[in-house]
Amino acid sequence: MRVLILAAFLFALTLDANAIGVDKDRLADPQQEARAFKIMKQLRCLVCQNESIAVSDASLAEDLRAIVRKQVRAGKPDAEIIAFMTSRYGDWVLLKPPLRPGTVILWFGPLILLVIGGFMVFRFVRQRPETAIARPLDADEKKRLKKILGEKNEQEGNMP
Amino acid sequence: MLIRRFLPLLIFIGLFVAFMVGLTLNPREIPSARIGKPVPDFSLPPLEGDGVGLSTADMTDGDNIIIVNFFASWCGPCRLEHPSLMKLAKLDGVKLYGISYKDKPENSLSFLKTLGNPYVRVGMDLKGRNAIDWGVTGTPETFVVKNGIIRYQHIGPIYDVQVGELFLPLVKKLRQEGPS
Amino acid sequence: MIAELGHFSLVLALGLAVLQVIVPMVGAARDDGRMMMLARPAAYGQFLFCLLAFLALTYCYIISDFSVAVVARNSHSLKPLLYKISGVWGNHEGSILLWVTFLALYGALVAFFGRNLPRSLQARVLAVQAIIGVGFYLFMLLTSNPFERLANVPFEGNGMNPLLQDPGLAFHPPFLYLGYVGLSVAFSFAIAALIEGRVDPAWARWVRPWTLLAWLFLTIGITLGSWWAYYELGWGGWWGWDPVENASFMPWLAATALLHSAIVVEKRNSLKSWTVLLAIVAFSFSLLGTFIVRSGIITSVHAFATDPKRGMFILLFLGLVIGGSFLLFALRSDRLQAGGLFAPVSRESGLVINNLFLSVAAAVVLYGTLHPLLSDALFGVKSSVGAPFFNLVFGFLMIPVVMMMGLGVHFKWKRADIRGISQRLAAITGLSLLAVLMTLYVAYGGSLMPAIWVGIALWLLLSMFQELGHRIKLFRVPFGDSLRRLMRQPRSSWGMSLGHIGFAIALIGIVVTSSWNLEVQKVVKIGESLTIGDHTVTLKDVIPVAGPNYSAVRGIVTVTAKDGKSYIAYPESRTYVSSPMTTTEGDVATTLTGDLFIVIGEAQGLDQWGMRVYYKPMQVWLWIGAAIMVLGGFISLSDRRYRIGTPGKATGIIKDARHAH
Repeated sequence: MRVLILAAFLFALTLDANAIGVDKDRLADPQQEARAFKIMKQLRCLVCQNESIAVSDASLAEDLRAIVRKQVRAGKPDAEIIAFMTSRYGDWVLLKPPLRPGTVILWFGPLILLVIGGFMVFRFVRQRPETAIARPLDADEKKRLKKILGEKNEQEGNMP
Repeated sequence: MLIRRFLPLLIFIGLFVAFMVGLTLNPREIPSARIGKPVPDFSLPPLEGDGVGLSTADMTDGDNIIIVNFFASWCGPCRLEHPSLMKLAKLDGVKLYGISYKDKPENSLSFLKTLGNPYVRVGMDLKGRNAIDWGVTGTPETFVVKNGIIRYQHIGPIYDVQVGELFLPLVKKLRQEGPS
Repeated sequence: MIAELGHFSLVLALGLAVLQVIVPMVGAARDDGRMMMLARPAAYGQFLFCLLAFLALTYCYIISDFSVAVVARNSHSLKPLLYKISGVWGNHEGSILLWVTFLALYGALVAFFGRNLPRSLQARVLAVQAIIGVGFYLFMLLTSNPFERLANVPFEGNGMNPLLQDPGLAFHPPFLYLGYVGLSVAFSFAIAALIEGRVDPAWARWVRPWTLLAWLFLTIGITLGSWWAYYELGWGGWWGWDPVENASFMPWLAATALLHSAIVVEKRNSLKSWTVLLAIVAFSFSLLGTFIVRSGIITSVHAFATDPKRGMFILLFLGLVIGGSFLLFALRSDRLQAGGLFAPVSRESGLVINNLFLSVAAAVVLYGTLHPLLSDALFGVKSSVGAPFFNLVFGFLMIPVVMMMGLGVHFKWKRADIRGISQRLAAITGLSLLAVLMTLYVAYGGSLMPAIWVGIALWLLLSMFQELGHRIKLFRVPFGDSLRRLMRQPRSSWGMSLGHIGFAIALIGIVVTSSWNLEVQKVVKIGESLTIGDHTVTLKDVIPVAGPNYSAVRGIVTVTAKDGKSYIAYPESRTYVSSPMTTTEGDVATTLTGDLFIVIGEAQGLDQWGMRVYYKPMQVWLWIGAAIMVLGGFISLSDRRYRIGTPGKATGIIKDARHAH
């Protein structure tokens, strides 16, 4: 077990021990560079924690950036560049997972929740006037009510 | 109404069970995008000046099972898995090839000289471009290939246990399949 | 010796916590006053011993006692004192100890400030608080003992990750933990209320300040973390939807929702079971955040396998606490009868609708964070969910949230007059639409979404000022009267206005800095320049610098703006002694219109250096906005009516009756 942990640690080290570099192959055409950057932001730096290759100093990320730039320069469409990556690394490389049977909940869950929740809120808000029944006040409560109304009227409507 | 009150509990139980199932499934193979696909087209220069490099043609070898290991002298875990690789190379019907990843040739050479050379041959991937075609994310990584088709991808170091419990049965199984 | 003392204190704290669970709980069930009375001294004692344990560990760090395993693993004798102390919580064991110390602190605070709570309620709240404590003490003592000694004492410690050696990050975890743990109070109140079968406006009034306090600390903690990422990581990014960040964001979203739903309980004695549920969910998010991220299982299922004992304990504890709470909720929440009424268009409805959107947003973050893990565990498919997904889905969800914020504040309680409000908002809506068009014109060729967001954020800001103006009858009564009205606003109203205005300002910053930032990367020789936007940046020289536990290169860079103004920047790149790692200390020149962020990288051959320069327009608005939100929170917290421990006099029945006629 100890060996495993040590190994994991060393493994992480070899991947992360990298310095702050500057890409030398940036595309001269700002529009092309912007397109490349947009694609890079979609791709996971596979050896980092949830980072895109656009902002990672890992050397693999650097290599992948170079590939993206090369293909953008060659005029390849976005979809083809993305396909190049997924054929090698699978959907794992995409930070925005594509719609697949396994990601249905991810993509449609929010909508389903909103519909169900919206329905519940609608019923909650609509039903109230019919169901709530007020009990008449007794004398003591009336007295306290008067007092409260007197001092609280000003604050009504100003709650944070 | 009753369901509504139990809903949070049910959702939580669902998540909880999913966690439990997931954790007990361990260990298992993580299918990679490359498994079942042919090896990439490649041709790498040799490590030694006079030797022969490594190319796609080497990935088909009759009944033999090809194992390709990405390594580098600067990678700690590679050092850690090295003794196990020596054992892996001795398995029946296995040809172990090495690909030195982003490493200076002289460093790779002295690495193999000191620790022993388990590889039949070594190709050099100086810039790491070839590794990307394999879907490699870092060293060490190991592929099991038969007839030019990738059958298994191992991420991270290989230990003795895995040589015996993972690679040996896999190699046996693949060899039984015949040359197809 | 000191370490053993700490260990012993921890055991004593556990003992007191067990006592604090059993005796008051039984006492409350039997209506035995003397048994219930035990809760308070037990809470004080538990805090005392837990604090003692924490101080003992801190002492071990300060004197660099490497015979203690965690100190050896995580500290270094050369570290500055500040980072020796912050190192206490910079690792698994220490952070859990800090967590539980805060838990005990909140327990003691509830014991102190809650003296005029109903006796049985306080006893039960403290007992529930102690249940969580027992779990944590056991977790530490059984699986993660911070006081474990090493048989072979090393000569020097392993050091701390240099990235963590930053004041922003030194104080980020304590604030975050104060927030996480603060939510335990709302949770304990919720569980106690379920046991008692009673939630009323007074309950909400007790719960709100504690939730507000937790929310405040969470806001501070998250902002500090984000600020640290911005300054320290050298990419100019401040939010990456990383699992660790998400883990702090989920409780924040839930706490925000809880803060608002509790208002409906307090005002209208309604929405009770939802509020109780939110209190449970918010703290569950805290636990999830603490454990799952700490144990590393979010990043990989396999990390779990490295220490199965810890993993199993965590899972069982989460299962018991969260599952148990939801079961209790399922069984008891029918007792929480709905109370007062309000029209479909009213402040209450607005709060309910916003609660819906906030909850869905929290669910999105939760599922997005867990999806890779579930996908890997269930289908064996490795999957990533990152910034592009969250930005898209969360971004869409935020539109109705922000619109509802700006609209809802104009709604009157019980029944709102839509026509009046739309007339009132016509002018600012027109102004915001104009801003959208102008943005499109100025940033010609850009995408539509940023422009729309500029409009929405501006609209929210204007709407908040409009509401304040309406409240003080600006321009409808003499100006002096308006001013007097402004001064007489209760502090909770100030809190509301500032909180929302702060949010709007932060939102403007977020939208602008993420949509229009500039970035230039170049390898420059000494004497060479690059231009970014209106600035010319010239590398004059690079000099070596020695720090206490690092060596660095420092760039001397002149920056000249178009208008001729110039300054000298000193970006640094540090390499630490104890770990082969480089960190950047970028030079950031902040103005209201934008930050110029200069990072110097590694040497690229003789006298050539990699430089990255970012221009982050209106970045500082994000920090200012967050600061205003926090200020608003503190002002609201100081309101007489919300002062912690001041029990509300009004009961639900009276309030209901008032609204019925």
